Amino acid sequence: MNMAVQSFIEIGLLADIPRLGARCVRTPEGRIAVFRTADDEVYALEDRCPHRGGPLSQGIVHGSSVTCPLHNMVFSLKTGEAEGADEGQVRTYPVRIEGERLLLHVDALRALGA
Amino acid sequence: MTEKLVIIGNGMAPGRMLEHLFECAPDAYRVTIFNAEPRVNYDRILLSPVLSGEKSFEEIVIHGDGWYIDHDITLYKGHKIVEIDRAAKTVRSEHGEVASYDKLVIATGSAPFIIPVPGKDLAGVLTYRDLDDVEAMMLAAKSRGRAVVIGGGLLGLEAAAGLQAQGMDVTVIHLMPTLMERQLDPAAGYLLQRELESRGISVLTKASTRAIHGETRVQSVELEDGTVIPADLVVMAVGIRPNAQLAGEAGLEVNRGIVVDARMQTSDPDILALGECAEVGGATYGLVAPLYQMANVAARHLAGDIGPVFADQSTATRLKVTGVDLYSAGDFAEGEDREEIVLRDASAGVYKRLVLKENRIIGAVLYGEAADGPWFFDHIRNRTDISDMRETLIFGQAYQGGAPLDPTAAVAALPDDAEICGCNGVCKGKIVGAIGEKGLTSLDDVRAHTKASASCGTCSGLVEQLLSVTLGDAYNPQAVKPMCGCTDLGHGDVRRLIKAKELKSIPAVMQELEWKSSHGCAKCRPALNYYLVADWPQDYADDYQSRFINERVHANIQKDGTYSVVPRMWGGVTSATELRAIADVVDKFDIPTVKVTGGQRIDMLGVRKEDLPAVWADLGKAGFVSGHAYAKGLRTVKTCVGSEWCRFGTQDSTGLGIRIEKFMWGSWTPAKVKMAVSGCPRNCAEATCKDVGIICVDSGFEIHFAGAAGLDIKGTEVLGLVKTEDAALEHIVALVQMYREQGHYLERIYKWAKRVGIDEIREQILNDPERRKAWFDRFVFSQKFAQVDPWSERVSGKDKHEFNPLATLTLEAAE
Repeated sequence: MNMAVQSFIEIGLLADIPRLGARCVRTPEGRIAVFRTADDEVYALEDRCPHRGGPLSQGIVHGSSVTCPLHNMVFSLKTGEAEGADEGQVRTYPVRIEGERLLLHVDALRALGA
Repeated sequence: MTEKLVIIGNGMAPGRMLEHLFECAPDAYRVTIFNAEPRVNYDRILLSPVLSGEKSFEEIVIHGDGWYIDHDITLYKGHKIVEIDRAAKTVRSEHGEVASYDKLVIATGSAPFIIPVPGKDLAGVLTYRDLDDVEAMMLAAKSRGRAVVIGGGLLGLEAAAGLQAQGMDVTVIHLMPTLMERQLDPAAGYLLQRELESRGISVLTKASTRAIHGETRVQSVELEDGTVIPADLVVMAVGIRPNAQLAGEAGLEVNRGIVVDARMQTSDPDILALGECAEVGGATYGLVAPLYQMANVAARHLAGDIGPVFADQSTATRLKVTGVDLYSAGDFAEGEDREEIVLRDASAGVYKRLVLKENRIIGAVLYGEAADGPWFFDHIRNRTDISDMRETLIFGQAYQGGAPLDPTAAVAALPDDAEICGCNGVCKGKIVGAIGEKGLTSLDDVRAHTKASASCGTCSGLVEQLLSVTLGDAYNPQAVKPMCGCTDLGHGDVRRLIKAKELKSIPAVMQELEWKSSHGCAKCRPALNYYLVADWPQDYADDYQSRFINERVHANIQKDGTYSVVPRMWGGVTSATELRAIADVVDKFDIPTVKVTGGQRIDMLGVRKEDLPAVWADLGKAGFVSGHAYAKGLRTVKTCVGSEWCRFGTQDSTGLGIRIEKFMWGSWTPAKVKMAVSGCPRNCAEATCKDVGIICVDSGFEIHFAGAAGLDIKGTEVLGLVKTEDAALEHIVALVQMYREQGHYLERIYKWAKRVGIDEIREQILNDPERRKAWFDRFVFSQKFAQVDPWSERVSGKDKHEFNPLATLTLEAAE
């Protein structure tokens, strides 16, 4: 129980991210993009488009999707899967909102680093 | 093994042949084309709409430059072949270019027949054959003078109607008693003559030309009966003769045309000929359907399939004169063994005649109401026994088989092999197949994939009915292209409704216009944001989350996620201080690449996003502001050095460029706007391919617009000449404001201008001072809110969140 709580780490406040926008979290395993939708849902995805490595955090957020700024591939924020005619998958990370605070699940990161 | 295929001529027949060849044997040949005309393959059938002003040359191009590149074709434009050396298997152009071939295709087409009368070589005597002729006619038509067209056949009448549409006073001289006697019977010819006369075109039949008079230019035409008709322009359209001379000189068998067998092979087994220059079975051809049949046969032959042979088929003709509905097909001469069915409706101006032989239709002439033309033509070609429907046959398809069919049902009832598009030989089965397999939903889609209705366009209605039959309710012919999947409205409607309903925020637009998604998408949001910024400069709060990343952070994202920074360098002029500041910034921030841009400024590439505000701060201290190199907005005003330094300069082009840039910077536009000012017509600033350009001349400033030099290449249109710098600025600003308020998002000026019409823009900006002033004032008002340097704002802390990470994690911190 205790362990589970500990594996979430605070990364900032909900208000730090603009609605329909994103911010980055730097980690030793690369950048993670944290998105906020119009309805204040928050999602975290690897900040790297599988097509040509574009930073998804810089894309336009619409509904619960983001469009990559380099070549307009669209990904679901919920699943990390490419939408429409494209194919591709971006890694997703669990993120939790506690009050105003944003908590990122870091076990997945550790597993990656191991 | 790849063989060398050389083609002489780049008209519609060889173009179509190559399309077939690339389909059935894509890698068999390396292709070289020599074209005597200095341009790509275009649709000659559509020269008449170009002449009448209904289409532009760009709209009738069949194969753009890209097509030749895609198929690795070497195209020599403006190279006429003067010799074929059959022993060495080479051809030589008049410029001395020699190419060797394994297979040679001669497609030299035909030349207009010039009647040998005195004065035929005077300036102002033209033929009607290619784009050069059309351009010469359009130029001559600007005089609004008198034109005489010699020849009352298909081509002559189209020329006459086109010249009249261009404002000329036109007389048609025709040798025979009635017009278009090869396609029409006398009754229809008479109706046509009456129609043309009612539109103000004079028609003289049984008129033979004796001479053309004039000193250096044509002044009049004299007929055999002594009549003299004043003329500033004479167009000869009395027929064509195949261009067979080159082939004859090479020793190939030549008759009227180049003699070929039914597989398009000449008397030399390695040489084929096709198109109007070829003679098959003693006949030469000038209409497109048989020429395309030749193209198919020749392509299969080149691909090694000698099965298909050319067979003479009756062809149908339509006159492409707007408002004249006329169709003829087959053989309609009278004869003992023939019967006819005639329908006349004098008040409606309708005349229909079917010629029957042994219970089959062999000819049809329709005037005034020609919709059933293809249906009759189908029966001619299929030799249908019409005994059962003879009573109602003349009334057309709608009256067959009981209750009248609606047109869509009639199309649905056509067999799969019924020809829909005569120009391009496309049958119903192919169109329906393509709609299903490729998921086509619009007329444009069908044109792109099958070429049906892509030439003269008269079968567009049939193709739309096929779309409707095939797709059912899913096809909406009136549909404008929606902005994106979030709405059914097109850009034009959305812009109109934003103004009409006074919608001043993105949520308001989405609510009132019934958006289908909750928050739009990456296509519609930037467009809506622009429309609102442009339409409500004072009221609308720019939504940065709806802007593309480059505009959101005021720098250009690069492929590796870094950014490039381009400060404004007014009119391309800089100084030691500025250059030193740039050098210091480059050193301080370890910027990997510094490059001079095409718009006369300096680009620093590879800047990390976090460094952007600091880079801007240092640049700002030296007086730099954002160059908006990332914006759908005013980019650069390129200049030459002008009268200040240049010995040819007529005005201070540099100063004017700087003045324009300082006046207009910061304005958002539907797509990027690049300008230039050249100090003299030598045009060193390349102003004639810009969105807006100025060419300075002694007497003032020539204003240009709607050029392009990117995906498309297009010279500018001339708006007009103004006398002062102030007037030049006012005109340019007004023009850009009109574009700002009317352009569709991402639509460059040249596309907007094409959509709304050059004349309309000229009318409002050049000829209507009040409108011009109103546009100008609205631009000035909007600039009050737009001219804020976004870089200094961000140096002062605006949008800080954009440039810093939310958090930096180390794994230790989590343990």
